[in-house]
Amino acid sequence: MTAPVLEIDGISKRFGDNLANDGISMALAKGEVVALLGENGAGKTTLMNILFGHYVPDAGSIRIDGVELPTGTPRAAIRAGVGMVHQHFSLAANLTVLENIMTGTEKLWRLRSGTTGARRKLLAISERFGLKVDADARLGDLSVGEQQRVEILKALYNDARILILDEPTAVLTNIEAERLFTTLRDMARQGLSLIFISHKLDEVMAAADRIVVLRGGRMVAERKAADTSKAELAELMIGRRVTRPVREPSAPGAVVLEARNVGVRIGGVERLQNVGFSLHAGEVLGIVGVSGNGQAPLARLLSGTLARTSGDLLLYGQPVGNLSVADVVDAGIGRIPEDRNGEGAIGEMAIWENAVLERLPAYASAGLVDRKAAMAFAGAIIEQFDVRGGNPASRTRLLSGGNMQKLILGRNLSQRPRILIAAQPARGLDEGAVVAVHARILEARKAGTAVLLISEDLDEVISLADRIQAIVGGRLSPPVVAEQADARQLGLMMAGDWDNGSEVAHAV
Amino acid sequence: MRFERREQRSLLLLVGAPFAAIVVALALSGILIAIAGAPVLEAYRRILIGAFGSRLSATETLTRATPLMLTGLAAAVAFRARLWNIGAEGQFYLGALAVAAFGSQLLAGLPGPILIPVLLVIGALAGMVLILIPLWLRLRFSVDEVVTSLLMNFIAVLIVSMLVDGILKDPLAFGWPQSQSVADHAMLPKLVSRSRLHIGLAIAVVLAFIIAFVQSRTVFGLQSRAAGLNPQGAVFAGVPLSRTLFKVACLSGGLAGLAGAIEVMGVRGYVTTDLSPGFGYSGIVVAMLANLNPVGVIFAALFTAIMFVGADGMSRSLGIPTYIADVTVALSLLTMVVALFFTQYRVRR
Amino acid sequence: MSTLIDILASAGLWAAILRIATPLIFGTLGALLSERAGVLNLGIEGVMTFGAMIGWLAVYNGVDLWTGILVAACAGALFGALHALLTVTLGLSQHVCGLGVTLFASSFSYYVFRLAVPVAGTPPTIIPFQPLEIPVLSSLPFLGQAVFTQTAPTYLAIAIALVMAYVLFRTPVGLAVRMAGENPHAAEAQGVNPMKVRYGAVIVGSALMAVGGAFLTLSAFNSFFPTMVQGRGWICIALVVFSSWRPGRALFGALLFAFFDAFQLRLQTVVEGVPYQIFLMTPYILSIAALAIMARRARVPQALMQPYRRGER
Repeated sequence: MTAPVLEIDGISKRFGDNLANDGISMALAKGEVVALLGENGAGKTTLMNILFGHYVPDAGSIRIDGVELPTGTPRAAIRAGVGMVHQHFSLAANLTVLENIMTGTEKLWRLRSGTTGARRKLLAISERFGLKVDADARLGDLSVGEQQRVEILKALYNDARILILDEPTAVLTNIEAERLFTTLRDMARQGLSLIFISHKLDEVMAAADRIVVLRGGRMVAERKAADTSKAELAELMIGRRVTRPVREPSAPGAVVLEARNVGVRIGGVERLQNVGFSLHAGEVLGIVGVSGNGQAPLARLLSGTLARTSGDLLLYGQPVGNLSVADVVDAGIGRIPEDRNGEGAIGEMAIWENAVLERLPAYASAGLVDRKAAMAFAGAIIEQFDVRGGNPASRTRLLSGGNMQKLILGRNLSQRPRILIAAQPARGLDEGAVVAVHARILEARKAGTAVLLISEDLDEVISLADRIQAIVGGRLSPPVVAEQADARQLGLMMAGDWDNGSEVAHAV
Repeated sequence: MRFERREQRSLLLLVGAPFAAIVVALALSGILIAIAGAPVLEAYRRILIGAFGSRLSATETLTRATPLMLTGLAAAVAFRARLWNIGAEGQFYLGALAVAAFGSQLLAGLPGPILIPVLLVIGALAGMVLILIPLWLRLRFSVDEVVTSLLMNFIAVLIVSMLVDGILKDPLAFGWPQSQSVADHAMLPKLVSRSRLHIGLAIAVVLAFIIAFVQSRTVFGLQSRAAGLNPQGAVFAGVPLSRTLFKVACLSGGLAGLAGAIEVMGVRGYVTTDLSPGFGYSGIVVAMLANLNPVGVIFAALFTAIMFVGADGMSRSLGIPTYIADVTVALSLLTMVVALFFTQYRVRR
Repeated sequence: MSTLIDILASAGLWAAILRIATPLIFGTLGALLSERAGVLNLGIEGVMTFGAMIGWLAVYNGVDLWTGILVAACAGALFGALHALLTVTLGLSQHVCGLGVTLFASSFSYYVFRLAVPVAGTPPTIIPFQPLEIPVLSSLPFLGQAVFTQTAPTYLAIAIALVMAYVLFRTPVGLAVRMAGENPHAAEAQGVNPMKVRYGAVIVGSALMAVGGAFLTLSAFNSFFPTMVQGRGWICIALVVFSSWRPGRALFGALLFAFFDAFQLRLQTVVEGVPYQIFLMTPYILSIAALAIMARRARVPQALMQPYRRGER
């Protein structure tokens, strides 16, 4: 093996009480593809942000070609040949592709940007690696896949020899993801070294030479892709065998919520088209899909914050008009929003205020808030749903993500909702909280609540749902019975390939 | 150097912030006083004497504090809901103008006990009307209300100028552009005899407490706070955003209009284009100094009034321009936002 | 009708347009630069007031006019640094800090002015900029009178608009400014420090605002008096939106605005029976109308008014 191009040595980083990285060491050879595998919160992104100079490590060092890299300056990392493709792109929508790429590449006080030369260089790179893109297009007009291409081109434009990709497939469809990995392999063959961050077993097995597994901020294992299996990696990553929560067989009741040909147009763009589903009491209907395919408008529509532009909604068998939040809450629909901090709670308000805000009429008379009853309600949620880290009067922002989610679950489930709309209910939570949230959802199902689970996490949907529909480009696939569907079928559905899939078991 | 968010906010820091801000602002103004060649401590002593040294000066300070409390409340309720109403100055003038228009002729026939409340309501309504334009532009066209409400101030003063030189002009004012005076029985009763202090002060203080109650205990208060802190979250929780903002705007504009009405009915009796020495703008400082707390507004308004009234006396004896009061008040706004920052963040390394 | 044509055909109107537009051009460009980098500077009204005062005071105390302009620019830069300290380093509300800077800068102007110039019956004056005689051009019929009778700062304002358009769209530093205003995280990731860029843009922007104020006392008038800026700063903020954050359109917007202003001033003298205040209101009403028309259409810098803190997303 040749001398490593990158050596990471004993990196530690602490955020408050949380030790995000604990003495991590690893190396990367020229032409190698390494996958950094780990669950949310395992410390992958922190490590890469340290490597790229976004964070300063508390201990440890980084060497590139044997030369120590000064920490905490992205510029030094760029100069040393490190390029990073973030999960959330660092791009400006209002600037052109070329402008996005050229930022920071020239001496600041040059009297004229060397646009012509830059365009030529960009063209050469994009041809060499097969990354086609229109240099003068406004970035905001490009698709997500194209934007990712711009991110990669940006790194290559800066002569990156080491490319870091943070969850590169999180925003891509399967087909796009496959194309991406072909490109990455091609880059490695041409002498680039790559690290990609992932928590998906399939793709690390398919695309990496070597796999480094992180768990709880520590490096727990390092395996050659050829010498390991998905089962072993899963165990290393999670620390114990993957268990599917025990589910009792579903006993679906009547249809409580039905959508027929529902469409939503926002600013002239069809965000939802011909959406149809029927949700039964006592079942979990999973809506799975890659992010940005219409999950958000669907959740907002059913939560009462977005109006449909066409189609019919039937609630408990009765056609309904456009629902306001109050209508939805009054109809016994519980809502778990995708964005806990943005929508689910108002951080600067007290826990009790967040507990009752969406059902104020029930906790007020003559315009006056019944603070005593509201406090009691919040106290009951805290106790029953095991919300830790605050009392009814403390600020909600002080709660951790998991506890905030328990509060949101609690304010909905303690009202015994007939329908629960749960959007990404476990996203970003630690393992313990995920288990708790899933258990609560299954509990509600058992009690006869109809649960619509919108999730980007295939594993979550498989383990919770009775029936599954995929959402792609604002359209819903026909439903399949969860127990009969395997990952490949679902993968095809999530790629929008359900029309010619006679093998997909239809079950309506 | 980095700033790190404080997880727990200590009450001491929160309560101490305004005092620290005022001390720093006074110290900075002290430099300006020293540059002007006057003894700094002596200058501040004379400001205090000017503000409280006699029965007359003390009542003057309270008289001056009255409109500041009301414009301060106007800003505080709006800012709490993140409605940037910077138009209190214009709303003040329209409130004053409405009172002069209705109180001098049209309704002057009503008996005092009816006329006074009616006029106060009319003044408040006039203020509301003016703020509804920026609000509508924000809700309809997404126009930042800061600039529009500011521009409305200039329009409002021109409307006043036009009317006090036109149909409302007092023919007995020797040609000065000045409105006719409101009827004698429309004037607010005095709080302290042989002074200018009127019951407007009591109205302002009571309103501050009522608003504090409304904000903390009512559905509207909870909703307007939610709308200000996190509009997206508020919408998700079913808070009717536009309607809440509309109510907040009415309250804010109404308070500013009421300030103008009370200034006319309590002190002046008529309207000119120099009725307000920037009450609307100072109200912003008052609200910020109070950290948007309605009861805090009472004290912040007192501080501001002390500076303005005290500086008059100090200026006469030491020859320092009275503008030093405006400088100090403006500085205290800046030092206050910095002080609030340090209640939320600590400096690391 | 014929009076309208008379007004439009008078060289004086067109000369007045350029004169009225000049402080607006400076102020709008200053605010535009700052906003392009992501910082709204509502300190503009006060900074213009201070620029008007300090530029005038410097000249009154014997320096030449250009040094007066320079003094104003430096003072403006200092206020810009204050605003940047509050909004960039500390990341405080740009609305509140801007208003604070305006209140402070204007009251500080009056304070300094009163200290330096004792109250007098007639305000003291200086000899302002004189119209620049441009060979050939100034002696053209009509055009010479209408366009080429301006003072030097007017030409400077137009030149700065062109230079700013070039710098913003054709140079690396302009790209850095725009990136800082669109996505400071991306700027940082590409080795451009958005904090420094924002500081630079706010400071230079404030200097321009102050020069706009100084034009009032050193060219348009010859003395300083409180409240002379009269909301021009706020109008500039509206013009930035109207211009969709483009210097060329800002120049056009300021001229269009000045046209209406100059026109209404002349109309006042010929139209009877309408209170003059109605005419005086037009600039403010026009500004509000411009905002209402453009607010949704304009392509707002995405990170405008968003504080940037390293490591926080």
